[in-house]
Amino acid sequence: MGATVVEKIFSMKCHRDVNAGEVVMAPVDNAMIHDITGPLAIQKFYEMGGKRVHNPERITMLFDHQVPADSLEAAENQRYMRNFAKEQGIFNYDIREGVCHQVTMEMGKAAPGEIIIGADSHTCMYGAGGAFATGIGSTDMGFALKFGALYFRVPETIRVTANGVFKKRVGPKDLILSIAADIGADGATYQAIEFVGDTIEGMGMAGRMTCCNMAIEMGAKAGIVPPDHITWDYIRGMRNITPFPLKSDNDASFSEERMYDVTNLSPQVAEPHNVDLGVDVTKVAGKKIDQVFIGSCTNGRFEDFAEAAEVLGDRKFSDTTRVIIIPASRQEYLKTLRAGLIERFVMAGALVEAPCCGPCMGGAFGLLAPGEVSLSTSNRNFKGRQGSTEASVYLCSPATAAASGIYGEITDPREVE
Amino acid sequence: MPGRYLSIYDPHELATHAFEGIRDEFALEVKPGDIIVAGKNFGCGSSREHAPIALKGAGITIIIAESFARIFYRNAVNVGLLPVVCHEAGSIVEGNSVMVDLTGGHLIVEGKTLPVAPIPEFLMKIVTSGGLVEYALGLEEVPVCTASHR
Repeated sequence: MGATVVEKIFSMKCHRDVNAGEVVMAPVDNAMIHDITGPLAIQKFYEMGGKRVHNPERITMLFDHQVPADSLEAAENQRYMRNFAKEQGIFNYDIREGVCHQVTMEMGKAAPGEIIIGADSHTCMYGAGGAFATGIGSTDMGFALKFGALYFRVPETIRVTANGVFKKRVGPKDLILSIAADIGADGATYQAIEFVGDTIEGMGMAGRMTCCNMAIEMGAKAGIVPPDHITWDYIRGMRNITPFPLKSDNDASFSEERMYDVTNLSPQVAEPHNVDLGVDVTKVAGKKIDQVFIGSCTNGRFEDFAEAAEVLGDRKFSDTTRVIIIPASRQEYLKTLRAGLIERFVMAGALVEAPCCGPCMGGAFGLLAPGEVSLSTSNRNFKGRQGSTEASVYLCSPATAAASGIYGEITDPREVE
Repeated sequence: MPGRYLSIYDPHELATHAFEGIRDEFALEVKPGDIIVAGKNFGCGSSREHAPIALKGAGITIIIAESFARIFYRNAVNVGLLPVVCHEAGSIVEGNSVMVDLTGGHLIVEGKTLPVAPIPEFLMKIVTSGGLVEYALGLEEVPVCTASHR
């Protein structure tokens, strides 16, 4: 019987055939910790008798959720982590680079065939780089810091095939929202989702990251795109790895197969308060919006801002709606800046902030008051996610967010001239 | 367990809030050595360790359920609680005495034998150590790529 990409990754790491369902103690190629989950993971490391981390070079430390420190507690957490980094010889990106998942990808920390863990739910995003990547809790992270390995139950794989070419102003975020609506918030529980098909192959890394980022929203343990020339081109400048084939065998066993044709896909919007409540934008068009957020690990890359700018054109954003735009990393910020887009956004009336998670989870700033409605290119819209439990969050693509920011209400981007 | 108790870490204090809002008397009725028997997807909605820590603080050591929410399952193992999957758990009645025989792959309740899903050997090691922290405390390194069959 053939093997899936996920089974092959574990088999390579364990030097023997590993099948889905087995529990293995696998070596971890990189572990990511940030300012929110890092402190508890470090405490667990010490509690487990940890003295020196297994390999400081395989730990990615950065701060992104509460940056620059927005409270005394945040300041102390960051100082605690800075001290740990100094003590252990771990390089700390600190507040300087941006959102954890974007930085981890662009620093080449996740390569095809690797096993990556992160103390954050959306760690699954690194599957876009052909790695097996999963979010874990602080106790597990403390263990991984000490031993450089962690136990995993190897997941079965749901294969998602997406074919067809996106119509104008429809893109990867719309695809993943429609997949989430189809599979459901717990439809992929503990599975890996493998994304294949010509739509995926036609996507650049940015779109693949958007899709893999949201695998967790269907309960999946990981999302993965089998590496191809786009993946290898992306990693080439950062890591010295000879490309090797890594695809699921034709006779591999999948727990489920789902097919999607994007030819007639329209822009999607996930209604409050669940990610799997995606609907056609026309169903919610006209809903007044108080705040628009374009950014996050899901849609905070240059390609996303180019998509938003294309819809914005020469217009201004509505002055009844606050628009907050946050590139996910210093690198993406610079790309966006050099293309002249930051100036256009600022002139249109948006706030452009330094790379961070920002309003995504109602932490650092941009909170919503009771009764307010926000439209966000991020990945979660649970009750209370962006502030008041009596506020509502809709999720959408950058194109839809830009269109809606112009008119102050949810707007189909295809309707904007 | 209500979210407002997330800042509490002490197991015994957490135990007083277990199942609060669903079965308020639980904290008063539970005794060490008690076993929780549940239906499908036990632990659904919980991704923090506080829930299994509270149950352990109340003296629970085993949870038998038809199925478990996956994050709760992993958190339970990591704090040293034994989650046992038994598809016929529904036939167990409160007050019954249950004997769990993992080696034999079954449990015995009121003279009846019910099959239970086997637990990967490595997960049992963690549970019998008392949790992941306790397991890790004694070790300088771990056996990488040890495999156990499901």
